[in-house]
Amino acid sequence: MQNNFLKSNMKKITQDKGFSSFTAALLAIAMGLIFGFVIMLIAKPGSAFQGFGRVLFGGFSRIGDVFYFATPILMTGLSVGFAFKMGLFNIGASGQYTMGMYFALYVGFMWDLPDSIHWIVCVLAGMVGGLLWGIIPGIFKAISNVNEVITCIMFNYIGMYLVDMWIQGNSTMYISTKTRTAYLPTSAQLPSLGVKNSSVNVGIIIAIAIAILLYIILNKTVFGFELKATGFNKDASKYAGMNATRNTILTMAIAGALSGLGGAFAILAPSSIPGSSMTYEPISVIAANGFNGIAVALLGSSHPIGIILSSVFISHIQRGGSLTALYGFKPEIIDIVIAVIIYFSAFSLLMNAALGRFIKRHRVKNEANDFEELAPVGEDDNKEVAPDAADISNDSIITEQVKENDGEEA
Amino acid sequence: MENYIIEMLHITKVFPGIVANDDITLQLKKGEIHALLGENGAGKSTLMSVLFGLYQAEKGEIKKNGEVVQISNPNDANRLGIGMVHQHFKLVEIFTVLENIILGVEPNKMGFLQKKEAREKVVALSKKYGLYVDPDALVEKISVGMQQRVEILKMLYRDNEILIFDEPTAVLTPQEIDELMEIMRGFAKEGKSILFITHKLNEIMSVADRCTVLRKGKCIGTVDIKDTTKEELSRMMVGRDVNFSVEKKESKPGDVILSVNNLAVTSKTSKNNAVNDVSFDVRAGEIVCIAGIDGNGQTELVSAITGLEKITKGKIKLCGQDITKASIRKRSKVGMSHIPEDRHKHGLVLDYNLEDNIVLQRYWQPEFQKNGFIKRQEVRNYAENLIEKYDVRSGQGPVSITRSMSGGNQQKAIIARELDKKHELLVAVQPTRGLDVGAIEFIHKQLVASRDAGKAVLLVSLELDEVMDVSDRILVMYEGDIVGELDPKNTTVEELGLYMSGAKRDKVKEEAYAE
Repeated sequence: MQNNFLKSNMKKITQDKGFSSFTAALLAIAMGLIFGFVIMLIAKPGSAFQGFGRVLFGGFSRIGDVFYFATPILMTGLSVGFAFKMGLFNIGASGQYTMGMYFALYVGFMWDLPDSIHWIVCVLAGMVGGLLWGIIPGIFKAISNVNEVITCIMFNYIGMYLVDMWIQGNSTMYISTKTRTAYLPTSAQLPSLGVKNSSVNVGIIIAIAIAILLYIILNKTVFGFELKATGFNKDASKYAGMNATRNTILTMAIAGALSGLGGAFAILAPSSIPGSSMTYEPISVIAANGFNGIAVALLGSSHPIGIILSSVFISHIQRGGSLTALYGFKPEIIDIVIAVIIYFSAFSLLMNAALGRFIKRHRVKNEANDFEELAPVGEDDNKEVAPDAADISNDSIITEQVKENDGEEA
Repeated sequence: MENYIIEMLHITKVFPGIVANDDITLQLKKGEIHALLGENGAGKSTLMSVLFGLYQAEKGEIKKNGEVVQISNPNDANRLGIGMVHQHFKLVEIFTVLENIILGVEPNKMGFLQKKEAREKVVALSKKYGLYVDPDALVEKISVGMQQRVEILKMLYRDNEILIFDEPTAVLTPQEIDELMEIMRGFAKEGKSILFITHKLNEIMSVADRCTVLRKGKCIGTVDIKDTTKEELSRMMVGRDVNFSVEKKESKPGDVILSVNNLAVTSKTSKNNAVNDVSFDVRAGEIVCIAGIDGNGQTELVSAITGLEKITKGKIKLCGQDITKASIRKRSKVGMSHIPEDRHKHGLVLDYNLEDNIVLQRYWQPEFQKNGFIKRQEVRNYAENLIEKYDVRSGQGPVSITRSMSGGNQQKAIIARELDKKHELLVAVQPTRGLDVGAIEFIHKQLVASRDAGKAVLLVSLELDEVMDVSDRILVMYEGDIVGELDPKNTTVEELGLYMSGAKRDKVKEEAYAE
């Protein structure tokens, strides 16, 4: 009895969706790290161990920076993940992020506001910038069904070049001799959290609060209900009378706003050197943090809380990775490791299925032993798709399901 | 010692947590038509999959002509002469009939196709068995009946002697069903052995020699058809007495609830209109059934009425309000409930749990939300209430993921949702599709109850029994037109079939509706 109870408890936990994507992410990370280690071994066998140690633990010595660099990718990750819940692929996070930066910079330089609210208005301006850049692909998608991936990619370029052009044309903001923006006034910079030698600021706290807010929106509100329903099954949500046009626009607006906030948090961060600030260089490069957001969202299974963890993790190994230079490693090596992790996380469901099959085989073997007492089948026919069978193995339930469907659609 | 061509002895197939086949023995004689009867999920498909090599049984053995054989994949089955017509045809739509028939066993000389040879063989076979097909027609262009003949020819082309038919009649008209039965008898006379999977008792009674009944994974027994009755078979299948005829009182039609005028919908696949100038009324307290062979515009008509698709012409009125251009939500508010044709595509968000699906049409109402936040407790209470009232069974009650539920219970959940919602008109499209007799009985009762409660019911069905039993009035659709209006009490299945196949048509009452 005791044993059964334990078993069913274990089952409950292992069947939980969140849990399974968590294990999948862990598996992806482990595989990525092993692969990264192999690459380091090949590159520089002598110092691979120390270098790998830095990758794993180096971030802990710079915990402030880990959170500082986690902030923008957390926001773009949330942006991509949120849109993904509705079945939209917001690959335009970079453009929205850049727009957010520009709007925040503009307010920071051009508006003279009281010190206490200046940075808040800057942040809000960044949000509006991103929102505008997100809502346009949303409108195209909703009204005339233009694929959001295409518009978003175009808008990444349009946004980036526009911002470069605007900044270079503004003599207050741009110092042409240094090919970068001037230092922002202190009042426009985010309050620092006071970690020494680090730019970590209130941005991370706001970002985490936003992630929790998104979690609530997705799971408790009517809007979240509609949004997820649309993401799961577009036809059914239409049948249920949900307004797909409005929801698409709204989702893209929110996703854009989140990316825009990420841009604002990045550019408004206080510098650890007094009297300076973060600067923007108009060098015609699409912001990498937008694409990193896709990685973060993937690794976090588009779940807001998962995205918090994955952004911190990625930031952590990035920081650690930058320390491998001490042992003569190129910083690109860590980019490869991260890329591998993302690569594996795309396979995470597949890996979960493989794991599931393994567990199932194990369990079937066990159950075959006490088969006689374990035949409570036929109590009622409606348990045909047995709940026990349900989640043990993703792929087996899918084949079962297909069979079921075959039977029904006569 | 009987002469069995195929014997499946003591087959046990276990899936985690469930015994799909429990010690089942099925013996097929040479030259007989053997029916395999059972409700959905009784294990028929699993058993046939074991025979066809798609699954391996944990226990038991398969013998052919008395010798034990190992069937580990469909190719093995093929080699042993076992062929199967699947319920969903496995045809390449953009290939011709001939190409489909030879697919996988293409006759070739050094890699070059020898179509001529193949064609001669196919033509000879089709003549011999009266299976008329046009070898050069594209599969996507031919009728469902002909597609099925292609599938049968595929088996014959491979010289199979054991033919498995998986619910072959589900897609056919009465005339086509008769033809198929005739063809099957012909095969049996030729000495081929047929396994016929179905849950339609009439067909078994008319064509089969013996019948094996499965229930909940167990073999209930094998009976000779000549010694049994329909009632006995159904009792074996369901485990209790089933009431076949739908009991209902005389209908008392009231006010017009739904009024459709000169409705036209363009077709997505051809230049013609899918629905062509159709007009009809549905009154409170009556069940109007739209009959017809699949693909004659019923789907488009319903999509137009429910707002899923735009119309090109015409007017739709619900409860006196013009809803021609109204949104789906608006139609729902005015009083339309809709049991959709495809419960997985439209009816349910399969990844949502049961309670979320139960409020899928109502989550926005003040009863279930406050300031944009869903009242979880109310949703739970409401769902539990409906689950009990409509006997929706699932693994974990309101929090079961809908995908894991059986088809019958998924359908029950939809019916619970649509019937419990405030409505004046119920549009039900093939509400019993793919369900077993027990569930069908339940759904028919609900439809009649809804009618008796003064609701208007518009039923679209491809099942003739359902059309004849449930409806108060039948409209037959053929190629986008309503070609006949019949009273089920004064018509026969044969006459209905003539209308459905386009052989007969009235200029019914078009004048009466014309404005």
